[in-house]
Amino acid sequence: MKLLEFLKRERKKSASVAKERLQIIVAHQRGERDQPDYMPMLENELLEVIRRYVQVDQDAINISLDRDNDCSVLELNVTLPRDE
Amino acid sequence: MAKIIVVTSGKGGVGKTTSAAAIATGLALRGNKTVVIDFDVGLRNLDLVMGCERRVVYDLINVIQGEAGLNQALIRDKRTENLHILPASQTRDKAALTPEGVEKALETLSQEYDFIVCDSPAGIEHGAQLAMYFADEAIVVTNPEVSSVRDSDRILGLLASKTRRAERSEPPVQEHLLITRYDPNRVTSGDMLTLEDVREILAINLVGLIPESEAVLRASNQGVPVVHDMDSDAGKAYADTVSRLLGEEVPLRFYGYQKKGLLSRMFGGGRR
Repeated sequence: MKLLEFLKRERKKSASVAKERLQIIVAHQRGERDQPDYMPMLENELLEVIRRYVQVDQDAINISLDRDNDCSVLELNVTLPRDE
Repeated sequence: MAKIIVVTSGKGGVGKTTSAAAIATGLALRGNKTVVIDFDVGLRNLDLVMGCERRVVYDLINVIQGEAGLNQALIRDKRTENLHILPASQTRDKAALTPEGVEKALETLSQEYDFIVCDSPAGIEHGAQLAMYFADEAIVVTNPEVSSVRDSDRILGLLASKTRRAERSEPPVQEHLLITRYDPNRVTSGDMLTLEDVREILAINLVGLIPESEAVLRASNQGVPVVHDMDSDAGKAYADTVSRLLGEEVPLRFYGYQKKGLLSRMFGGGRR
């Protein structure tokens, strides 16, 4: 049975891997496009402040700015490490 | 008033200068007064691809600094009527390229030409931003390959925000996708992004598809823009691209699988 599955399994073509990776990275780039220029700095400085108190990784912090008609919401998500 | 077209890509080595030379030549061959400008200060190459490297006396920087008039710096193409080349400086500092200077030069050229083709340097720095700043249309040259597609998307972001049209809230720069070095056989075997993939990811209008072709290297070796080689796939594909830029509807060619014949297999002939 295992052997049959192995034989039937089709190797994923490299072009479709490329396409999936590009769709993700381009969507990410476009999200950043409309953000104000200070966002990366703000992100870094917030991370610095948080790191003074808790050890977190770069990817444990997530910042986004959503704009509605008359107000903007700055959303900050930090995944804190579990207490040892 | 001339139409200003920037040929840009972000990534280097994807075929910007080849494309700028071929498209400018194609536009001139169709009877449009055309000037092609090299914006790659320090690394000029357009003169080589156009075959006029030994006739460069003055350049864009000389014009901007007031050391030479436009008419002294413009080089008349030997083969094609209606076509002029404005080379970049090989030695001067990039900072000499000022927005005011470029604007003035473009304005003067605009009075006399139908098309101004700006060959952008690679990257997204000063030179590249200045090459696109005054553009009405942009040709984004992209290889079907991950880093090129990603960089093209970055360039699209700049075209939408860092151009005169964007800053003045005028109608946006018209963006065209030009896919180069396309290898239909590798696409068929699943190892190269298809043209639909690239178009879907970048979401802009496709103006041309240039197949990987031996004619391109042959053309640059000789300093004759590949659009003169109308026996070659690439030459024909660039001519089609020019027609589309001029608003004609031309079906796409050269995207299908090419079966190799026995002779070309034995003697190693590739795409013409």
